[in-house]
Amino acid sequence: MMMRPKNQRLVLVSAALVALGLAALLALWGLQDRAAYFVTPSEIVAGKLEPGQSARLGGMVEEGSLQQLDDGVSVRFSVHDGDKAVAVTHAGILPDLFREGSGVVAEGRLGPDGVFIADRILAKHDERYMPPELDHLETAAETVER
Amino acid sequence: MHRFANPARFLKLARPLTGWTLWPGLLLLGAGVIGGLFVTPPDYLQGDSARILYIHVPTAWLGMAGWSGLAIAGISQLVWRHPLATLAGRAIAPVGALYTALCLATGSIWGRPTWGTWWEWDGRLTSMLILFFLYLAYVALASAERERGAGGEGKMAAIFAIAGAINLPIIHYSVVWWNTLHQGQSIDLVRGESTIDPALLWPLLLTVLGFTLLFCAIVLMRMRADLARTRLEMRLKRQATEAA
Repeated sequence: MMMRPKNQRLVLVSAALVALGLAALLALWGLQDRAAYFVTPSEIVAGKLEPGQSARLGGMVEEGSLQQLDDGVSVRFSVHDGDKAVAVTHAGILPDLFREGSGVVAEGRLGPDGVFIADRILAKHDERYMPPELDHLETAAETVER
Repeated sequence: MHRFANPARFLKLARPLTGWTLWPGLLLLGAGVIGGLFVTPPDYLQGDSARILYIHVPTAWLGMAGWSGLAIAGISQLVWRHPLATLAGRAIAPVGALYTALCLATGSIWGRPTWGTWWEWDGRLTSMLILFFLYLAYVALASAERERGAGGEGKMAAIFAIAGAINLPIIHYSVVWWNTLHQGQSIDLVRGESTIDPALLWPLLLTVLGFTLLFCAIVLMRMRADLARTRLEMRLKRQATEAA
């Protein structure tokens, strides 16, 4: 069967697209979690990090866990992912948007005692945007529920 | 689509369409910017810095939509040999590059006060930077092919545009596939859900529409200018041969 040249080119381009998509899928499969920007507390508890290995730890700052240490410059807080939690220490300034109950990324390494020593703290923003009045309302609603 | 293969017929439509997209686009953009800067309340956590999203989100969407346009133009050039496809690709590319650059710049300016860093190599930021570099490569490739004359008809650029389109799903799903510093998507078009409060959302819809119309207007102007340049070159060539 003879195909018109136009259809022949269409088949050719489609085949190239499919091949390209598959190649990209394979490449991404190979990358997998190596392209991840941070590891989660669960992965640390599962032993994914060696002590001393530099990494980024990401998760939520546990409510009520933030405390000033005795040396006056360091803080200690707990980062959780809803399942496991890891303690983090940091000697330095926290970003403005650092909040308990909010997302955070800590850059540093795992200490031998299982505490993550952060050289740098980044605040992670979530996808919610709302006016301040609504925030108060929601907090009020939560308080009433309690 | 081949009805518009004739440049004269295309120009007949493109001329009025430029005005219809340019002025409403500028109007919507102005209304959205004023609404976003002065009317909406600040974000509960980020305060006023969240207002940059009224520029950042539309430019990100158009940076990606622009490359989709390049890929579609590439396919219609390779398969159907549409005479306007190469022209459209050349017209879209620098505009898409500019929008992508604006997206990267506004994101960086927002990232400093919010995250505490200008730049991080996470999945979303890196794939968007790659899109910007792809645009620059496309511009170089397409203009090199144009200077070489009618032989190749922008075939290399068309193939490059189709191959580069693989980056678009990577940008979109980067925040789903990998842990990233960049937040997940706020607006789900498929489900019609938004985690941006309606009080903060409406100027975004205006600027998205405004930026999109402006994008179309600039592309139409560039296509018309390109056609005019081709006509001028042909006339000069003819005059040169007549004089000789």
